[in-house]
Amino acid sequence: MKAAPLLQVQGLSRAYRLPRQRLWSAPPLVWALQGVSFELQAGRSLGVVGESGSGKSTLARLVMALEPPTQGRVLMQGQDLHAIAPAALRAARSRFQMVFQDPYGALDPRRSVLQTVSEPLGLLEGGARNPALITDPSALRARAAEALDAVGLRAADLDKLPHEFSGGQRQRIAIARALITRPALIVADEPVSALDVSVQAQVLNLMADLQRSHGVTYLLISHDLAVVDHLCSDVVVLHEGRIVEQGAPEQVFTRPQHPCTQRLLAAVPGAA
Amino acid sequence: MSLLEVDDLRVSLRTAQGPVQALRGVSFKLERGATLGLIGESGCGKSLTALALMGLLPEGATVQGRLRFDDLDLATLGERDWCRLRGQRIAMVFQEPMTALNPLHTVGRQVAEPLRLHRGLSPGAARAEALRLLERVRLPQAAQRLGAYPHQLSGGQRQRVLIAAALACGPQLLVADEPTSALDATLQREVLDLLLQLVAEDGMALLLISHDLGLMADRVQRLLVMYAGRVVEAGPTAQVFAQRAHPYTQGLYAARPRLGQRLPDGQRPRLATIPGRVPDLAALPPGCAFAERCALALDACRTGQPAAMSIGPAHAVHAAWCLRAGMAAPQAGAA
Repeated sequence: MKAAPLLQVQGLSRAYRLPRQRLWSAPPLVWALQGVSFELQAGRSLGVVGESGSGKSTLARLVMALEPPTQGRVLMQGQDLHAIAPAALRAARSRFQMVFQDPYGALDPRRSVLQTVSEPLGLLEGGARNPALITDPSALRARAAEALDAVGLRAADLDKLPHEFSGGQRQRIAIARALITRPALIVADEPVSALDVSVQAQVLNLMADLQRSHGVTYLLISHDLAVVDHLCSDVVVLHEGRIVEQGAPEQVFTRPQHPCTQRLLAAVPGAA
Repeated sequence: MSLLEVDDLRVSLRTAQGPVQALRGVSFKLERGATLGLIGESGCGKSLTALALMGLLPEGATVQGRLRFDDLDLATLGERDWCRLRGQRIAMVFQEPMTALNPLHTVGRQVAEPLRLHRGLSPGAARAEALRLLERVRLPQAAQRLGAYPHQLSGGQRQRVLIAAALACGPQLLVADEPTSALDATLQREVLDLLLQLVAEDGMALLLISHDLGLMADRVQRLLVMYAGRVVEAGPTAQVFAQRAHPYTQGLYAARPRLGQRLPDGQRPRLATIPGRVPDLAALPPGCAFAERCALALDACRTGQPAAMSIGPAHAVHAAWCLRAGMAAPQAGAA
């Protein structure tokens, strides 16, 4: 029997209300996402590509349960994230973490690496479930050092502040923060697009290594088809909030069927 | 005579750690109507080079070397002369259109501003000309958008407005610093190609700055690769791509993920990385700044600055500042 998928997205839609055009008219709605469904098996990785405004980041926010869908469900290991109680959601959050685009904006400049990286433990695993971690600084430090080690930084870096690191190292810190709860799923929204080319290669290699060593599953949002092709086993193409094409990157990127995919491919430098 | 001649430009910045040499002898020429790309990673000095050309270096910076633009010696220019030059004969398109535009003024007013300032147009004439410019950069519904504020436009539309303002007075030189980095991939190509088309139509020279090697191919005639405040390779773009004579150029090229890269067993290869990190400008080694990250470095690389090595046929004017130039022979297979 096939294992249950790690993540199931079923008929997901999200509408946003625009400002009223006229005083007495109903505010117009814009559908950022319309009836999106897919499944993601543990250990695989799904790339989401599309033009700006296609709904990529809305999808990421709904999967992360940062906002509710207008319609549809997000099931994480069979649990409907938007239907469970807040306390249960908080407990579930340790299983899915997010890495953002801008490593400069995503780290608090006044907090040490130790505070930043270990923060999810205190918030998510909670005093109730794991009081020893919160009250025992050395245990907390050991977990943080373990996460730093996984991303190729040293335990000695724990007491430093973000400004002491380069852009690539900061993105590693952000990934370490995501890893520390040992999540099954990492949602990465443009994780390398703010980085220089040579640093980008280091972070992409790291993400591939972590998948092999820790069995992490990625939901990778990117406008860069080459990045998705490099890291993902499956890809979906979003256009105006709908999935217009999906499959293995080898197939979608070599024989694109939808005009939107063809347009994205034509924009890849050096291709075509 | 070239339009722009930069000779041994050295810029030192004041930092908390004391003065830092951020540009260490940059030289290049730009002919009238020609296009030149400047590529390198954060901190290599490419943006600083642009700021030096615009007279916009940060407070406390000291400049040495020659900077000649047309008949002007930029190094000796006073602020009043700079104000006459900027926006009129040299214009710049910045990376981040939201911060480059004034949020309190309409886009029509911002495009018209250089026209009123430099060409002394009346408000009505400047407005009509601004409309023509906004139509030229293909801003949709340009007439209605004259009265719009920057926050009412999308990123791509704002960048079009910036380009319109830069082109307003028909400058001889346009400096574009990462003009499309804030836009998504499909828009990047569209806006950049629009920019290049307008530059060609008006016969102006273009200095295009980017960290994206792929974006430069086919778009600029010549390319300069910069590292730690110096030019490490310079030549016709196609030749630089084909030869990648400097190990750093080779490293940048190899680090990019490319579509369809697979090993024979269908697995993805690891990306080639450049070991180590960019050196601290305050503590540069005496020799080649790239030596400590370079697999080909010799003892001689660590003691003295490498001279220019000529690559390929003499007429191509392709050089790499590396003792081992051409040794990191590119693997077969093109971009």
